[in-house]
Amino acid sequence: MYSEKVMDHFEHPRNVGEIENPSGMGTVGNAKCGDIMRIYLDIDEDQVIRDVKFKTFGCGAAVATSSMATELVKGKTVQEAMAVTNKAVMEALDGLPPVKVHCSLLAEEAIHAALWDYAQKSGIAIDGLVQPKSDISEHDEDEEY
Amino acid sequence: MKNLIYLDNAATTKTRPEVVEAMLPYFSEVYGNPSSVYDFSAPAKEAVRHARETLAQSIGARTEEIYFTAGGTESDNWAIKAAADAYRAKGNHIITSKIEHHAVLHTCQYLEQHGFEVTYLDVDENGVVKLEELKKAIRPETILISIMFANNEIGTIQPIREIGAIAREHGILFHTDAVQAYGHLPIQVDDLHIDMLSASGHKINGPKGIGFLYIRKGVKIRSFIHGGAQERKRRAGTENVPGIAGLGRAAELAMATMEERAEKERDLRDYLIGRLMAEVPYTRVNGHRTERLPNNANLSFQFIEGESLLILLDSKGICGSSGSACTSGSLDPSHVLLAIGLPHEIAHGSLRLTMSEENTREEMDYVVESIKEVVARLRNMSPLYEDYMKTLAGK
Repeated sequence: MYSEKVMDHFEHPRNVGEIENPSGMGTVGNAKCGDIMRIYLDIDEDQVIRDVKFKTFGCGAAVATSSMATELVKGKTVQEAMAVTNKAVMEALDGLPPVKVHCSLLAEEAIHAALWDYAQKSGIAIDGLVQPKSDISEHDEDEEY
Repeated sequence: MKNLIYLDNAATTKTRPEVVEAMLPYFSEVYGNPSSVYDFSAPAKEAVRHARETLAQSIGARTEEIYFTAGGTESDNWAIKAAADAYRAKGNHIITSKIEHHAVLHTCQYLEQHGFEVTYLDVDENGVVKLEELKKAIRPETILISIMFANNEIGTIQPIREIGAIAREHGILFHTDAVQAYGHLPIQVDDLHIDMLSASGHKINGPKGIGFLYIRKGVKIRSFIHGGAQERKRRAGTENVPGIAGLGRAAELAMATMEERAEKERDLRDYLIGRLMAEVPYTRVNGHRTERLPNNANLSFQFIEGESLLILLDSKGICGSSGSACTSGSLDPSHVLLAIGLPHEIAHGSLRLTMSEENTREEMDYVVESIKEVVARLRNMSPLYEDYMKTLAGK
């Protein structure tokens, strides 16, 4: 079902945990859909992401996309982190099953939510960053009877 | 290959070697068509007759009341659609429950699009249909009540005799989806007032792709699959003779070993549930504590999600299933777990383990240790657990 990379990041997730007094923190998703992601960022004066941690409630793909997203933004400037899209996360994981694509969207959204929190707290603007939705739920009603 | 601990017997079971042996001659030796006249086909015809007799005896029915189908889903579809069709002149109302298998629910939803009205009864927190609500739901135009014998996810056994009596009293047909119960629990159709019953081969160590529908004599059900004269012209198509022979043998063995098996399974089930409840905090049992299938354990582990639990257990060689949305391809968790009142996040964290008599206590010990480890690991990365712990610490 999952690629080797997804399995690797699910079974050995990188950057699990919390950061005390983070520069930015974002939580997205909802328990109703079964996915919640939380990202903590530690950002230095030069707007470089020094450290990043995550916690995720969700399926294997949700954990793997969170893990990969944290790897991709670590050490980047906040502006560079904006380029870490769900597509980038998916490609880095060698793809996801179609029903799991929303997990990668959630990972992108979680990074953006944490960056938004950072931007609000520090009073800076990040190009292209908009206030994130707190909720991602794409109900596809495609069941046949 | 790593050691496999198979705990998904509600999904399917291992075909017994005796069953395979009973099937083999009908592939390449006795391959004649049971409908043919020559002697060569006689053993094939006899195999079908013998299996039908075995199945009839197993539920206290007559041989002419047993119809072979391709399995539980077909039996459910046939019973409900054909009853709706045959009794349409009498009324257009059907009563079922919210926790039925999709083979029943989606068939009812299909009928709703074709002029039928369906009442989906609520269940209580244990997953038991409320008899008072059933009585209240009955209307003059009610033609069919379809309630499953035992639930496939949470294992709860329904008060079938009482439901059957209510149906009979009101002159309404009673169908039960007994796919999970047949061969595991004693069933006598007369005693329980059952008019139609669906059963499947592969849930009782028989082959896949074969099942049967019991239709009480006198019930006006016409053909579902049109064609030849097989199955008293009601279900056309050359008989799946190897499958039928296998189903018959599986039923024979299931009936002969039922009590002994159930006792072993119940012992394993209660041991597993007991240890998990005692040793894993924030855990609940789903379904009725006593009125449940002997081999069904269904638990919810708070703050974690079922698919990740299943994958990590799989890596330890343990096969289970979950009512999590992620395992179904939709975003909603199991309709059964929602119907018994579980909040979404707890329904997402459910695990169903269904054992067989071949499992051992040692395996249950390994499963408990594995679950403890995996649940702790997933909770450690769960924002829900983090929040809960912070709330606790704040108090």
